[in-house]
Amino acid sequence: MSSPESSPYSDTDAAPHGKARATEWPLWEIFIRGQHGLSHRHVGSLHAADAESAIKNARDVYTRRNEGVSIWAVPASAIAASSPEEKGALYEPANDKVYRHPTFFDIPDEVGAM
Amino acid sequence: MSDALFEFLCRMGDNTLVLGHRISEWCGVAPVLEEDIALANTALDLIGQTQLWLGLAGEVEDKGRDADRLAFHRDVWDFRNLLLVEQPNGDFGRTMMRQFLFDGWHLAQLKGLMGSDNDQIAAIAEKSVKEVTYHHERATDTVIGLGDGTEESHKRMQAALDRLYPYVGEMFISDAVDEEMVSAGIAPDPASLRPGYDAMLDAVLTEATLQKPADDFAHKGGKSGARHTEHLGHMLTQMQWLQRAYPDATW
Repeated sequence: MSSPESSPYSDTDAAPHGKARATEWPLWEIFIRGQHGLSHRHVGSLHAADAESAIKNARDVYTRRNEGVSIWAVPASAIAASSPEEKGALYEPANDKVYRHPTFFDIPDEVGAM
Repeated sequence: MSDALFEFLCRMGDNTLVLGHRISEWCGVAPVLEEDIALANTALDLIGQTQLWLGLAGEVEDKGRDADRLAFHRDVWDFRNLLLVEQPNGDFGRTMMRQFLFDGWHLAQLKGLMGSDNDQIAAIAEKSVKEVTYHHERATDTVIGLGDGTEESHKRMQAALDRLYPYVGEMFISDAVDEEMVSAGIAPDPASLRPGYDAMLDAVLTEATLQKPADDFAHKGGKSGARHTEHLGHMLTQMQWLQRAYPDATW
């Protein structure tokens, strides 16, 4: 739901967009919980003038097919994002640490699915 | 009795049909994507309600006409919708003002119909009232947001209200059909809905910094079918063109 002019994460290198137009509503990131017991999941973004209309817009844009029982709307500007350029330092050190995966344990059949 | 009931059901169904079609005209051209989708959702809700109202009307009439037949094979003089809902969209502000003015009445009417002695009508009202509660909430927020917005949006919303307010009165005028519905315990008296509507209207317009027109003159002739505005006929040429060009075409 974002237009090219929007600037969701203007503080990160990943966002080469210009500033939002003066007439443009702020961008919101929308999280929806599909059913009780599950967590909210990011489903997309949209523009809205304020928090209340962000919820309403999310209802109309993202729950048309009975997808949700709860909506969170978060101002996109409030989200801190990692930079792609730091991915080496951030993620690669985990590559060779296979022992962090719990795949070396034999799980007795009686336990069933975990 | 069944004549009056048929008439009443056509009024309910034609309101939702005509307004649903009007709003669907925004599909793809609304000012922002979010509003575009929201309007399309509202249109679909209203067309869904139309199927129920006109479907029941066809059953009551018992002449083999179903909802589609009633929607697409009647000409303008057989339509029983309020003049308000057939008014052209105008700009987005005027569309939302029309929606707000109608939704306020629609919600009160449906709440009344939930207690109808006719079980089928009560069931349709109960399903519709959830959808319309949301329509009304959304339209109210937009009217307040734009009315109490910029100089330009305020000016447009006031102009929309001035233009549409003369069509508000028709919603609360009772005629012989309404009297029969009231005495049969089927529907509330239209006039009885006015005080609640006025209170709602005054509260929202105050918050929206809009001025209600002093003149209470009311255009009428829509729900009786006596005289629609010129706009309905034009709308039907679009809405019914396929059945007019290819009668009884199906797919």
